[in-house]
Amino acid sequence: MPASLRQLRERRRSVQTTKKITRAMELIAASRIVKAQQAAQESLPYTRELNRAVAAVASFSGYDHPLTHEEEHPTRAAVLIVTSDRGLAGAYSTNAIKLGDRLISTLRDEGKEVMTFITGRKGIGYFQFRGRNIAQSWHGFSDKPNHHHSDEVADALINAFLTPTAEGGVDEIHVVYTRMESMLIQEPRVRRVLPLRVVRDAVNPEPQPEGPLPLYEFEPDPVTVLNALLPLYVRNRIHFYLMQAAASELASKQKAMKSATDNAEQLIQKLIRDANQARQSQITQEITEIVGGASALAESNHEE
Amino acid sequence: MAEPFWVEIVAADRRVWEGEAISVVARTTEGDIGLLARHEPMIAPLVASTAEVTTPDGRREVVVVDGGFLSVTPTRVALISPFAQLAHEISLAEAEHELREAQKALDAGDNSEEVHRHYQRARAQIRAVHLVA
Repeated sequence: MPASLRQLRERRRSVQTTKKITRAMELIAASRIVKAQQAAQESLPYTRELNRAVAAVASFSGYDHPLTHEEEHPTRAAVLIVTSDRGLAGAYSTNAIKLGDRLISTLRDEGKEVMTFITGRKGIGYFQFRGRNIAQSWHGFSDKPNHHHSDEVADALINAFLTPTAEGGVDEIHVVYTRMESMLIQEPRVRRVLPLRVVRDAVNPEPQPEGPLPLYEFEPDPVTVLNALLPLYVRNRIHFYLMQAAASELASKQKAMKSATDNAEQLIQKLIRDANQARQSQITQEITEIVGGASALAESNHEE
Repeated sequence: MAEPFWVEIVAADRRVWEGEAISVVARTTEGDIGLLARHEPMIAPLVASTAEVTTPDGRREVVVVDGGFLSVTPTRVALISPFAQLAHEISLAEAEHELREAQKALDAGDNSEEVHRHYQRARAQIRAVHLVA
């Protein structure tokens, strides 16, 4: 027996405590996913209206807005990588960072200079540890982003985009976030946010329940309306990505904690068996010793 | 009897109000605009201000919006704003406090967009409360 009975029991108790913790974390993550999904549901009408309006303005006016202007030879690009603040969420952050890294090297191969923007401590840690430059980073809201957070991020990105390239601005902005496909599948994705691709189908992929877009009148004129709408649209996109990422983070965390709990359960079973075995062999040994002692005693009595 | 039409007021994080109405008055960048049923489809940016919706039973809903835009389609009118609040949801004390804070920041020479937005919003909130009262 490698370990004594006492040691086995102590280990079992400690694993049991760990199991309680992981189980609690699993339940917390599960309840917060519901909230995150509700928040996503509640912001849907706004997103829908905004998409519709942007699609309408963009498709009815041939105007070339700075935010939709496509540079012919882009030389600088920005990448926003959305990661989590805390670990214990399986490969959630790692997957997003990996995809972001791949995107950065692709962009570099295309001859573009890359500025990195990061949200979430995990991503910040990854880049800092490797001594790589971060243009700007945010943390503290990865599992519960609100509009202040997303506006801050979006405004920084819009600013970088509107700054002329020669003065340190960028020509295009990509976002790497994790899309929540379902409770079981979360996949990191790359999306180009700016310049906006104002293809009607791309802006509005879902079928229109209210029919085709009516012939809108733009008050005072399409340019002013587009100017007012596009920053709202970009902010909304960023908010959408952050919300998706938050839901994915919670789902990954729940999954990771569930398997941790299951593992702890198995370990406890094994430790209980080992302890029982150890106890049994102790008893067997004691009996053997008593029997052996008794017969030795009887033998010596017999000889006398 | 004016013809009723469907109105939705949507904020970034929730649907603030929806229902039938017979008229909507909102303030766009070009000035106040009054909408009745069968208005031609249009989109116009809003400024931080109050908007009024009159329902078929004569009630008046006052709502504070903080920018955003107005969208009119043949079937309905939508006010879409990052921030929207009905007048009865507003706390007058809080709005006045915010107005004073923003005023102080403005007096101290802080001319940022953020402060201006707070100032406009607080003023609109106070106006909304007085309109309802």
